[in-house]
Amino acid sequence: MSKKELQELKRVTIRFAGDSGDGMQLTGGQFSDSTALAGYDLITLPDYPAEIRAPAGTLFGVSGFQIQFSSEPVHTPGDTPDVLVAMNPAALKVNLKHMKDNAILIINTDAFTKRNLELAKYESNPLEDGSLKGYQVFPVNITTLTREALKDSPLSVKDKDRCKNFFALGMTYWMFSREMDTTIEWIEEKFKNKPELAEANKKALNAGYSYALATEIFTTHFKVPRAKKKPGKYRNITGNEAIALGLITAAKKANKELFLGSYPITPASEILHELSKYRHYDVKTFQAEDEIGGIGSALGASYTGALGVTTTSGPGIALKSEFMGLAVMVELPLVIVDIQRGGPSTGLPTKTEQADLLQVMYGRNGEAPIPVIAAYSPADCFRAAFEACEVALKFNMPVVLLSDGYIANGAEPWRIPAVENIPEIKVEYVTKSDDYKPYERDPETLARYIALPGTPGLEHHIGGLEKDESGNVSYVPENHDKMVRIRAEKVERVGNYVKEPELMGKDSGELLVISWGSTYGTIYNALEEIWQEYDNVSWYHLRWVNPLPKALGKIIKNFKKVLVPEINLGQLVKIIRAEYLVDAKSFNRVRGLPLQTGEVVEAIKTTLKG
Amino acid sequence: MSDTLTKELKLTREDFTSDQEVRWCPGCGDYSILAQMKKVLPELGIPKENFVFVSGIGCSSRFPYYVDTYGIHGIHGRAPVIASGIKIANPDLKVFVITGDGDGLSIGGNHFIHLCRRNIDITVVMFNNRIYGLTKGQYSPTSERGKITKSSPYGTVENPFNPVEMALASGATFVAKTIDREPKHLAEMLRRAAEHKGTSFVEVYQNCPIFNDGAYSPVTDPKRKRENVVIMEHGKPYVFGQNNDKALNWSGNDFEIIDIEPEKPPKDLIVHDEHAGRPALEFMLVSMTFNPDLPTPIGVFRDIKEDTYEDLLIRQIDFVKEQKGEGDLEQLLNSGKTWVVE
Ligand code: SF4
Repeated sequence: MSKKELQELKRVTIRFAGDSGDGMQLTGGQFSDSTALAGYDLITLPDYPAEIRAPAGTLFGVSGFQIQFSSEPVHTPGDTPDVLVAMNPAALKVNLKHMKDNAILIINTDAFTKRNLELAKYESNPLEDGSLKGYQVFPVNITTLTREALKDSPLSVKDKDRCKNFFALGMTYWMFSREMDTTIEWIEEKFKNKPELAEANKKALNAGYSYALATEIFTTHFKVPRAKKKPGKYRNITGNEAIALGLITAAKKANKELFLGSYPITPASEILHELSKYRHYDVKTFQAEDEIGGIGSALGASYTGALGVTTTSGPGIALKSEFMGLAVMVELPLVIVDIQRGGPSTGLPTKTEQADLLQVMYGRNGEAPIPVIAAYSPADCFRAAFEACEVALKFNMPVVLLSDGYIANGAEPWRIPAVENIPEIKVEYVTKSDDYKPYERDPETLARYIALPGTPGLEHHIGGLEKDESGNVSYVPENHDKMVRIRAEKVERVGNYVKEPELMGKDSGELLVISWGSTYGTIYNALEEIWQEYDNVSWYHLRWVNPLPKALGKIIKNFKKVLVPEINLGQLVKIIRAEYLVDAKSFNRVRGLPLQTGEVVEAIKTTLKG
Repeated sequence: MSDTLTKELKLTREDFTSDQEVRWCPGCGDYSILAQMKKVLPELGIPKENFVFVSGIGCSSRFPYYVDTYGIHGIHGRAPVIASGIKIANPDLKVFVITGDGDGLSIGGNHFIHLCRRNIDITVVMFNNRIYGLTKGQYSPTSERGKITKSSPYGTVENPFNPVEMALASGATFVAKTIDREPKHLAEMLRRAAEHKGTSFVEVYQNCPIFNDGAYSPVTDPKRKRENVVIMEHGKPYVFGQNNDKALNWSGNDFEIIDIEPEKPPKDLIVHDEHAGRPALEFMLVSMTFNPDLPTPIGVFRDIKEDTYEDLLIRQIDFVKEQKGEGDLEQLLNSGKTWVVE
């Protein structure tokens, strides 16, 4: 790559890959932080094996971390990386096929031993057999150089070797003209009780940087112009962190205690971990005995006036569905967070998918509609979580928040909102009444009027049996018909209250792309490409999937064709077809990975032609 | 609770009578439990609005409708988790779980043992009729092996649970057993369970005249019961028999029955100690339940003081607040590495 080419580079995707034990997530995380602090927009994608400690050197033990950064808005972690840091043969093997032509490969040659080549199922050494032709290969004996740099350190050889990821990080810092301060600060904080480790990691980082500088092994370093982001204060945030903060913020703004009832499950556990730290924010977390206990305790807490939340992934939703039905019936606010992963059954625990949509929409006995909101990016999870709480509290009913493994673990810069600009959430209860009826409703929202236990004179019962307005159990046929319709109508009325998404592109044309959730970034990029060539394609990205935006029916009528790309076998498309009697087409890939820009572009073009 | 408070509240049994028509079968043991509960509630010195009754599904689980307090009739087996959420979120409430042998030990067994383990201040009353009543007569997890029911026409091949044993093993800090036909004893057990701080558990032998009539006749039949039941009382020897002429003696590794003179019982008889917290002895007592040669013990098996879940949690919250200060939202959102774009 010549200097001239490099200066034209607008966006870069880099992938760190190695053994699970090589510290790649940490390396990637540090690279992201210093990239964000240097003023770039970025999105990250951690990709780690499902096994906790996969055998070293194996293909299925490869752990990766990808980040795309740019001076322009970034919407995905990048389809095909420009740079790969491969710490061993397995990491090279697994990732090579995803790389761009002529990509830069920085390879730790020390790891290319006979044994490791065998474990990676290489018949010959790719560094020697010419199979890496077409790439820019930079072989570096990272392990040896790290040991050399640490020769005065009192650490054992094994511990010294664990510093080699910082050597690699140091090289990339030089390559992308990054400052090392943030990482040095981080190392000092992290190892403040183990000064010899702090010292060694700092040395390795510096050694990597100096090595790249001195040897000039890389022809030059990248200079990517800085992003022009909206003014404000930023931080990097993952989807799961953003949900935790969104929930705490909503509870504070509603002047409520936050109660999380949850059971550990990948990839949702981080929300439980995160919230468990904040006892001093009036957050009570309850790690229940199972998924059912998680939601049941949250509903119990809601009954007393707390903001009850439960967090899980698809398999957990399956277990919670009976309680979701009870929440519909007793009409109490409850937020159910589903961080989708590959299914069915245990499926692909650490991979992403959008295949829980129909489960959360319809996976309950009886007529049990629940509003569903889907977050579209890591930072958006904050707003989506807040909105889910707002609706649950305003309408006194359960709300599902959908995220997925991709945005849960992925990170991007988040413009921190000013606390005073976040709206208060007003919640009122009945405190006095001569004739309290537990199922009497607000005429506008249809939310029932709630009296909290502890309120004198308003003792009453709620439960899973059908009730009439007075709260008495009723098996009267007309009453049931009426109540079923009211519960459905209440979900519809959420549509009067929430903001509808904007149509991107022209109001009418040939093709309308409809999407939801984490495919936002990919489709954004795809549309950018499409719009350079076509002006008859528009895009509508849903935020609330239930209820559907009121405008959608009209919008659809203005287009000849409809395409719905999803990471499932076509779930939203079923709803669209049923709801609007339109011959919507679907584009699906279900690999446990985000969709790729290129394939969405292709799908759009094919649909246009078809 | 203090008497003065009770007097101030001036609550009576009528205050707890709901307007709902009670719909148990005539002669059902549940009526007696309801009657004694309504007698006990006004005596607890707790404002009426602070009571919450939570239930699952089954005949027993209709109970909340029949007391005029706050109540949730939930889903099968799950009352303990709803109750846990309620109590943890608002420790000022007095929370009861009303359950049965099927609801509490079969579908809800997991929640039951975890509730006991956590020692959340909730009173669990289990109506044990050793049968499924609401679904019309299948065997339950407390039905004796060999029992012939609709779903076991040739007899069950399963061993039953002993609810008290489960509660003891799971760590409940108050565990008692009583009988629907012994209203005074029943009321006393309910009252003590309700007053206990921590998870309290009362198993009530409850007759289901429709599907399992006479399941407890050996311990309820006036002619036989004195021979078959030993009422455990703290600090007193285990005396029973038609004329109080028998006692349990501890042989060193087992209980044995000895004859005594009611007027002059031997001085060295082992006496009951509810607060001992000695599992070995507690379990020996429970094990007599299924032993045809020994009487069935009723009364309090265990009554010990331990920190409750919610007290520990509140202490933890206070501690974290002391260390870190009251949480500030501005600070939370702005934590970690931040940077400013001009
Ligand atoms: S079926 Fe049995 S337990 Fe149920 S109400 Fe009737 S008598 Fe009572």
